[in-house]
Amino acid sequence: MKSLILQTATRYLFPLLVLYSVFLLVRGHHEPGGGFIGGLMAAAPIALCALAYDVDVARNLLPLRPIRLLALGLATAAGVSIGALFMGRPLLTGSWVELPMPGGGVLDLGTPLLFDLGIYLVVLGVVTQIIFSLATKSPLHWERDES
Amino acid sequence: MNLVTVLPIVIPLVTAIVSLFAWRSLRVQRWISLAGAAGLLGSAVALLVAVRAGGIQATQIGDWPAPYGITFVADHLTATMVLLAGIIGMAVVPYSCASVDREQEEAAYHPLLHVLLMGVCGAFLTGDLFNLYVWFEVMLISSFVLMGLGGRRPQLEGALKYVALNLIASFIFLVSVGLLYAAVGTLNMADLATRVPDLDRGIATSLAMSFLVAFGVKAAVFPLFFWLPASYHTQPAAVAAIFAGLLTKVGVYAMFRVFTLVFVLRDVGATQTLLLVLSMLTMVTGVLGAVAQNELRRLLSFHIISQIGYMVVALALFTPLSIAAGVFFVAHNTLAKSTLFLVSGVVERRRGTYDLDRLGGTYRESPWLALLFALPALALAGIPPLSGFVAKLEIVQAGLEADAYIAVATALAVSLLTLFSMSKIWNAVFWQPPPASEPPPRRPPAGERWLMECPTAVMAAFTVVVGLAAGPLFGWTQAAADELLGPFGPSGYVERVLGEQR
Amino acid sequence: MNLILPFVVGALVAAGLYMMMRRSSIKLLIGFALLSHGANLLVFSAGGLVRGGAPLIEQGESLPPAAHADPLPQALVLTAMVISFGVLAFAIALVLRTYRETKTDDVDKMTTTER
Repeated sequence: MKSLILQTATRYLFPLLVLYSVFLLVRGHHEPGGGFIGGLMAAAPIALCALAYDVDVARNLLPLRPIRLLALGLATAAGVSIGALFMGRPLLTGSWVELPMPGGGVLDLGTPLLFDLGIYLVVLGVVTQIIFSLATKSPLHWERDES
Repeated sequence: MNLVTVLPIVIPLVTAIVSLFAWRSLRVQRWISLAGAAGLLGSAVALLVAVRAGGIQATQIGDWPAPYGITFVADHLTATMVLLAGIIGMAVVPYSCASVDREQEEAAYHPLLHVLLMGVCGAFLTGDLFNLYVWFEVMLISSFVLMGLGGRRPQLEGALKYVALNLIASFIFLVSVGLLYAAVGTLNMADLATRVPDLDRGIATSLAMSFLVAFGVKAAVFPLFFWLPASYHTQPAAVAAIFAGLLTKVGVYAMFRVFTLVFVLRDVGATQTLLLVLSMLTMVTGVLGAVAQNELRRLLSFHIISQIGYMVVALALFTPLSIAAGVFFVAHNTLAKSTLFLVSGVVERRRGTYDLDRLGGTYRESPWLALLFALPALALAGIPPLSGFVAKLEIVQAGLEADAYIAVATALAVSLLTLFSMSKIWNAVFWQPPPASEPPPRRPPAGERWLMECPTAVMAAFTVVVGLAAGPLFGWTQAAADELLGPFGPSGYVERVLGEQR
Repeated sequence: MNLILPFVVGALVAAGLYMMMRRSSIKLLIGFALLSHGANLLVFSAGGLVRGGAPLIEQGESLPPAAHADPLPQALVLTAMVISFGVLAFAIALVLRTYRETKTDDVDKMTTTER
């Protein structure tokens, strides 16, 4: 399926969707949003490209192979939650720092954001892996990494 | 803050992640996997020591106080189960390096195996019902993928059936959790233990029944067991050993936990009677199914069901002695059952088949292997001095004390049939001469033999050790039963979980 | 709303179970999707429905506003949705692979495991 309309629209939608996914990720800090929905939203433009162009184009858009994204995300999320153990607190305890901002406000930065970033990467990795493997001949057959 | 209660989850998680990073080198993955399994076993021993020394251990995840956050709790029962998971993991990892197809092993086999172990340990350790659901799903998803990895027709069909039935069970579990929350307003098990007694009896009974169905599917209790013999035997022996040893036991564990802590079994209407009847039917149908089979692993799969019946009968009798016997039986069965599946894999490597009609002569070829089979097989049938003898003896004794003579008679009769079907395997695989049409057996290389037979031998040795050291070990399971059903009920557990912030 | 939800849950579960009991494996998937929506909705309504009362404690107060929504069922539903999403995605891949291997979507014809 090669549709010029879809291809052109994809070109404009792609950056918007990526930006929106980052927005959702950061918004999850205090309001509805977060890593899971952000990661899903980040996988949407990749899926769109796979539909509009083909799977290889979509695959090359990702900075890393899905399985590596998954590993990286898991490592981030697990690292954050295990990090609390080293600070003598139970698993998954959040730590926060308050940064004074130039405008006079205060920015609360916490490890939950990092945890969410990990989830974002995991979801992105899993969803793109599923999309790619459904699009290829034999789903469930994990692609060996050639990069 | 209590490190030992979270390590059995953290270690497999870290192992899975690190081995994902070593995606391209199977060799490195294997070493990481082995180190992770050793770490898990070590942390399980540490947990056990901590529980022996300091009683029930609890930790509040994320520093949120119970009952608002998730609590991880370890008592004697949990520590025993985690230790079993550690032992099975340690045996299966080297075994699978030699026996699983290379293609399958490269497809994220080791990370998935450790995610599975993490799910199992999480289910044992958690003190929150919804969190239990989450761990069940972690375990199930990784087991789904492990099942589907082979990608040949029987494996895919088996996986499809397994997935469908388990999804329905998960649905029932989730719905029961939701309804329980609507009725009581908490999901922390310790908090539930204090509040469920005030609940309307009718509601409590119907909730207990729906949990019974949900866990019954996972544990393969009659009449909910059909997925098990349709799927377990399609797996590589290593995967089948870990599934047979651990996955159904998680369902049994959940029953033990929920029906002693949340819904005290003797208080929720007819559930106890129902469970008793179901357990007897499970024993009988399982063993009758096994007798009728002619494929080694299908036969063993039906035996899993039959043995689940013994564990459930111990729970249904609901005396301190029967609970202790049940925990002992779970431990014995996990070890013996996994060993049998490991032996079946070794036989298959030599002969290339699991079909009883095409096997034979293995005794002449390798008496050593015959011994490795005979130990767990006789233990399963309950021959002294092996582990199964003590387990069954205690269950029978508990049944006699509770005047449940029909259950005792069933258990003994089923034992006899177990012995019969084990001797059927023995004859077909080890004693009868192989059919003339069969090709000569393959001689496995030395490295493969070491990797496969050493873990099997150690596991087989466990059945002897558990049988010989039954006295002290039974004391330990009695401690577990006392915590669940002792003179003060589950108050020790409740105090440990909720008491910290009071 | 409190009256409508049970009916919606019932309809979803009934439709889901009906689909799951058909012989086609694709319908099994659709049934599972409906079933999990039903379960999620049920858990969601388990906390009782409250309109517009966020369970946030205002500054200077020690309790949330009197009529606040129970946040726990919503957290549970989010988790359950993520899980059912993952399981469904895997199940689609599994069914597709099985279809390509067996050339049929009829569950009754998948009998190699019964022999």
